[in-house]
Amino acid sequence: MSDLLQKNLVAPNNLKGTGRPDAFDDLNTQPMRIQFGPSHPATHGTVKIELDLEGERVVDADVQVGYLHRGFEKECETGFFYQNIPYTDRLNYSSAILNNVGYCLAVEKLFDIKTPPRCNFIRLIGSEISRIADHLLAIGASAMELAAFTPMLYLLEGRELMYDLSDAICGARVTTNFTRIGGISADLPDGFKNFAIERLDKTIKLIDDADRLLTENPIFRERTEGTGHFPANDLLAWGVTGPILRAGGIPYDVRRVTPYLVYDQIDFDVPVGEHSDNFDRYLVRMEEVRQSRRMIMQCLDKLPDGPVNVDDPRVRWPAKGKVFSRMEELIDQFKLVLEGGMPPAGEVYHAVEAANGELGFYIVSDGTGKAWKCRCRAPSFSNMSPLKHMLIGGQLADVVPTFGMMNMIGGECDR
Amino acid sequence: MSADTPDNTNQAAEAGPALSPLLTKVTELLGAMVLEHHSFRSDDRIHVERENIVQAATILRDDPDLAFDLLLDVTAVDYYGQPDDFETKPMIWDRNTSSMRKLPLRRHQLVLPPKGPHPRFAVVYHLMSTKHLHRLRIKSRVPEDDPSIATLTTVWPGANWLERETWDLYGIRFNGHPDLRRIYLYEEFVGHPLRKDYDKRHEQPIEPYVGPAAKEPRRPQ
Repeated sequence: MSDLLQKNLVAPNNLKGTGRPDAFDDLNTQPMRIQFGPSHPATHGTVKIELDLEGERVVDADVQVGYLHRGFEKECETGFFYQNIPYTDRLNYSSAILNNVGYCLAVEKLFDIKTPPRCNFIRLIGSEISRIADHLLAIGASAMELAAFTPMLYLLEGRELMYDLSDAICGARVTTNFTRIGGISADLPDGFKNFAIERLDKTIKLIDDADRLLTENPIFRERTEGTGHFPANDLLAWGVTGPILRAGGIPYDVRRVTPYLVYDQIDFDVPVGEHSDNFDRYLVRMEEVRQSRRMIMQCLDKLPDGPVNVDDPRVRWPAKGKVFSRMEELIDQFKLVLEGGMPPAGEVYHAVEAANGELGFYIVSDGTGKAWKCRCRAPSFSNMSPLKHMLIGGQLADVVPTFGMMNMIGGECDR
Repeated sequence: MSADTPDNTNQAAEAGPALSPLLTKVTELLGAMVLEHHSFRSDDRIHVERENIVQAATILRDDPDLAFDLLLDVTAVDYYGQPDDFETKPMIWDRNTSSMRKLPLRRHQLVLPPKGPHPRFAVVYHLMSTKHLHRLRIKSRVPEDDPSIATLTTVWPGANWLERETWDLYGIRFNGHPDLRRIYLYEEFVGHPLRKDYDKRHEQPIEPYVGPAAKEPRRPQ
């Protein structure tokens, strides 16, 4: 204390005419370590960041994840393939249908099952509904952490409307358990098209309102423009995918480069940024929401008729009436309950574009009804790994928007 | 396939003439480093000795026709008691006859000998090229008594956390890794839970939290 006082008094006299920063150069300041998290009001997600500060400048950071580790992969090895679908809801709990679809596509690739076209269209509609909900939450929560409270209310109302649609197609809002191996839980309800169009129109109005409140807002722009910058090539080398990679100008989108479902039959644009900063990440997400709406509209127009479940005895559950009256269906039911569906031995990797990036499932099968290994390649996990380098060199106040725009989802990152 | 590796040539002949264009290119480029290659459901896969993994990865990244610039995933597979990959040799050890027998068996019928004739673990890398839009899987077998392999953080820095996760859950060491700490579990945790011999129901005491001041500095600073 006395040291500090003395230096403060002495320094200005000794260094006449020099600027103020130089005058404080000989101050004996220690880097300060602060614990940011694991439960911090300005972060959405349970994560701890140990920050070393020099003044307000971040000189070192250590991102520590794992607070929500529940052993997803170990659990998947003990259940039949169809029993693991509810666990995938809990990976990215703000866009559960995307996870359901990703897991089921990987298992179907292992079984070599082609789902009917109507199923593919409905799965695509569900995926894009989930993506809109996820992006709205990401933008709204990040804006709220920057003290813009009103847009969050608008965007969360839009998310509620999307949850209404999710409710309509599978009866659940958050933990959907929507897909089945070789199909989906139920066909679309009557009048879904008009219902969806009405909800989407309301949502897009709310998004426009939030857009006007945020995009030209000087405080929001000051805090997001130029912060959290990371060069595009480094993003690739660090394994970053999703909106964050596209905000760096690299148009890598799994829906476009290796189309699954029916993404090759509908029109959509892949928005890219150019500055690779937080503001571009925000803009890319905003545009992706609009593109998702466009995709849903096209799917609703093109929706073909037909069955929604594949008729393959290895995976489909026979109708209950037939189970009680026919022997073949009874046997199928027994085999599914006692052994699960038997895939061929082998290993597959299938990737879908989740809200945060490439969500891949790598399944190793030994030919029994349970997976020998079921690995989830989580986009949040890879996206978080270079966060340290985005924070170092910035201000303490930049930690919040950078972390917010990473949109780390604990359930997916920690599995 | 180069001519001086007769075993590999035989394997390639067994796999059939339909070699995907990507695998053709990769096997040409890596030569004898590719121990085995395989295509299943349009997924291409190669096996590489663990001594060659850094060299192979560097070639795959730098070659302009392959240009694997994105390391998507690093993980491991525990083939505990299994002689080899399931798809190449779908055989299993039978205690009753003391011999190998064919799959399928039910899971509770598996009898696991302590050590298989082949290395127990396989480290698995998933690569993607954003330029040419192709994917490749590299596997490298790692024995149980020395579960270690060279790190790929020098080739793709994104391997950092993925390798830490593999160390945490499988106990495979990555030599030369800059920061090989556990990532999900706490430092006092005993064992590696994704190994097949780790019982799912096994519980461990939760260690009380020790503040950062009481611990040794974790980062060289």
